[in-house]
Amino acid sequence: MTAAPTRIILICSGKGGVGKTTLTANLGIALARQGSRTAVLDADFGLRNLDLLLGLENRIVYTAQEVLAETCRLEQALVKHKQEPNLALLPAGNPRMLEWLTPEDMQRIVALLAERFDIVLIDCPAGIEDGFRNAAAAAREAIVVTTPEVSAVRDADRVIGLLNTQGIEPIQLVLNRVRPKMMLNQEMLAVSDVTDILALPLLGLVLEDEQVIVSTNRGEPLTLNGNGSPAAKAYHNIARRLRGETVPLIDPAKEGQGLRAKLGRFMQTRIF
Amino acid sequence: MTLRDFINRLLGRQPASATLAKQRLQLVLAHDRSDLNPELLEKMRSEILEVVSRYVEIDVEGGDVSLETEDRVTALVANLPIKRARAIPLAAVAEPAEG
Repeated sequence: MTAAPTRIILICSGKGGVGKTTLTANLGIALARQGSRTAVLDADFGLRNLDLLLGLENRIVYTAQEVLAETCRLEQALVKHKQEPNLALLPAGNPRMLEWLTPEDMQRIVALLAERFDIVLIDCPAGIEDGFRNAAAAAREAIVVTTPEVSAVRDADRVIGLLNTQGIEPIQLVLNRVRPKMMLNQEMLAVSDVTDILALPLLGLVLEDEQVIVSTNRGEPLTLNGNGSPAAKAYHNIARRLRGETVPLIDPAKEGQGLRAKLGRFMQTRIF
Repeated sequence: MTLRDFINRLLGRQPASATLAKQRLQLVLAHDRSDLNPELLEKMRSEILEVVSRYVEIDVEGGDVSLETEDRVTALVANLPIKRARAIPLAAVAEPAEG
């Protein structure tokens, strides 16, 4: 029996600050919890943060840099998560790596990870320059993260164009920081607006959730402790869909049964 | 237009901001997506001229091929002054016989 090939998934957004790294950390934990041997690779060499969100910043000895220079073995650089041993982080090296790192280097690192893991998540830097190109070089599929804001959607569209030219497929969308009340009042782009404009299948919706900030303060991703916060549920659902389960997507602006919600939906009726 | 937009218009108010956001995005993306770099545009221009001049003699100097964006549509606009039609289109000679 041959094992399924390792899935190598780029997590990108174009615009910074929309929740790429938070998604990578939470999805990494959730996938590991659900039984996939998962590696998260911090490809944001300039502004690395994945270690911090996973609470692993004090346990880094070696990084991708030493692995590439062959001054250490991959196993020595990988930081295994204590509470979730199915998950390991390969930390980004020194920011000066940006000067010499090539797409081939990224492919070498990912090929090493592919020997040991079922899923590799690559946390991509913001922007569409060399950092993005390096990170994308080794990816086979992609998750584009955006928020329902004009600047984030525009930048996501740029990134999708680049992913298309690189032949990365499938590309799926995660819509982050959704505020159902604002959507209901038509003061925020609707879920269908964003999916129509970007023409991508929706992998998941994450509601705006204060618990995300609390969890980053602690360095414990929300998916780690199984609390019932809306964002934690959303991340777990995204992980399930990635693993091939069918989990229905609920548009939050179409859910409420109160009078306000019903009125809001009535006001969204297209008349022409 | 949604019902809310319609009521806003009746009351002389601006449309809901989500409606504006969608309109503005569609406009800006039409432009972003067709953003050919000058080198590609030049290549396309010379190939279009080549094809057209198989059929008609054109004034290459006075010609212009450019992208224009209006409303929500980006269009490729070619303005090629024709000097005269060719008696025998070059294409008929150049194309290999089928079979």
